Amino acid sequence: MNVTVNVNGKSYTRDVEPRTLLVHFIREELALTGTHVGCDTSQCGACTVHLNGDAVKSCTLLAVQADGMNVTTIEGIGTVADLHPLQTGFWEEHGLQCGFCTPGMIMSSAELLKHTPNPTEDQIRHHLEGNYCRCTGYHNIVRAVQHAASAMQGGATQAADD
Amino acid sequence: MYPASFEYQKADSVDQAIAALAANPDLKLIAGGHSLLPAMKLRLAQPPALLDIWGVQEMKGITREGDWYVVGAMTTHAEVLRSDLPLFPEVAGWVGDPMVRNRGTIGGSLAHADPSADYPAAALALGVEFVIRGPSGERTVHADDMFVGMFESAVRAGELLTHIRVPATIQASAYEKFRHPASHYAIVGLAVARHASGEVRAAYTGAAERAHRLPALEDAVKRGAPAPTGLVESGDLLGDRFASAEYRAHLVDILAARALARLG
Repeated sequence: MNVTVNVNGKSYTRDVEPRTLLVHFIREELALTGTHVGCDTSQCGACTVHLNGDAVKSCTLLAVQADGMNVTTIEGIGTVADLHPLQTGFWEEHGLQCGFCTPGMIMSSAELLKHTPNPTEDQIRHHLEGNYCRCTGYHNIVRAVQHAASAMQGGATQAADD
Repeated sequence: MYPASFEYQKADSVDQAIAALAANPDLKLIAGGHSLLPAMKLRLAQPPALLDIWGVQEMKGITREGDWYVVGAMTTHAEVLRSDLPLFPEVAGWVGDPMVRNRGTIGGSLAHADPSADYPAAALALGVEFVIRGPSGERTVHADDMFVGMFESAVRAGELLTHIRVPATIQASAYEKFRHPASHYAIVGLAVARHASGEVRAAYTGAAERAHRLPALEDAVKRGAPAPTGLVESGDLLGDRFASAEYRAHLVDILAARALARLG
């Protein structure tokens, strides 16, 4: 059946089987491979995208359920030339080793910072309980999110100082 | 993992959903899909056709009607978490993780009646009422009659849980949980609520085939006595490789004492 989804500001219409998962629609139909399939059982959060602004696990959604909705993937939040503060934070604080979980970590953290611009360490750890990392031990991920929060809060001042 | 093939259609209203269910008995309702889709991907469930009710606006949101809150069944855990409801926000904070809470719904969870879900214990403690619509009209089911068995609620084929009526007259309440570290489901969850009428209701989830009331605990609270031990017999409970029935029975006692300490 026909599905139209607005992904990163661009509308895509594809003819898919109802059983097509949103993550496969994004990766295989649209060739946006930044969104990863980790556990495939709604646990690990590597497949996290935003659906109408809310962070969701795209392995636990059908593409047909996203029909008519807006999706933002990791490709949609920054560019190589103009990184999102979270992308800069993960870079600066060494918030990744293999990097497989990173897109999901960033999409989940972006939702946290939207509602809680200045989160405590505890709030960050609690918010990321649906995102698994098997490399870092999480400490640098927490620092990366703190780095981004600080940059996003001080961004205007910093720009004025430059 | 792909689910087995199925037909898919959407409903935009309760009437449309009831009509669709009447026309096709094979239709399985999908709300947020965070219980059903994982089961379908593992081929534990293979419904031939899905009816998506995510877009039914009249089943979303929370309103106040006198001494009751009326909660749309399609209200997400995230919305429940941010709400003024008694006890349910605390319980919603225990469900899954933030992404799961953005999609999963309170009505979907309660109608699904997972024996390890958190909400059933709270629903029993609060004494909520379930508004269920079917081809012959609407009926109301009290929480005490809602949870029939493992994955079995009072919602019948062809029916739809549309709203949950939650009493606003709760003086104090608490939910205590020992959760499975990976799945985040309750190994045991226990809810207690003191109502303005003086009634005390308590219930546990996760340890048996469905959530059950705890009359011995309710009596103790009413008398101002400490939580008794041996609240449930391990012979009545389920055990698995994560936690034996005896361990779960012990947890019921521990969580009861913790909940009572918070109830004040």
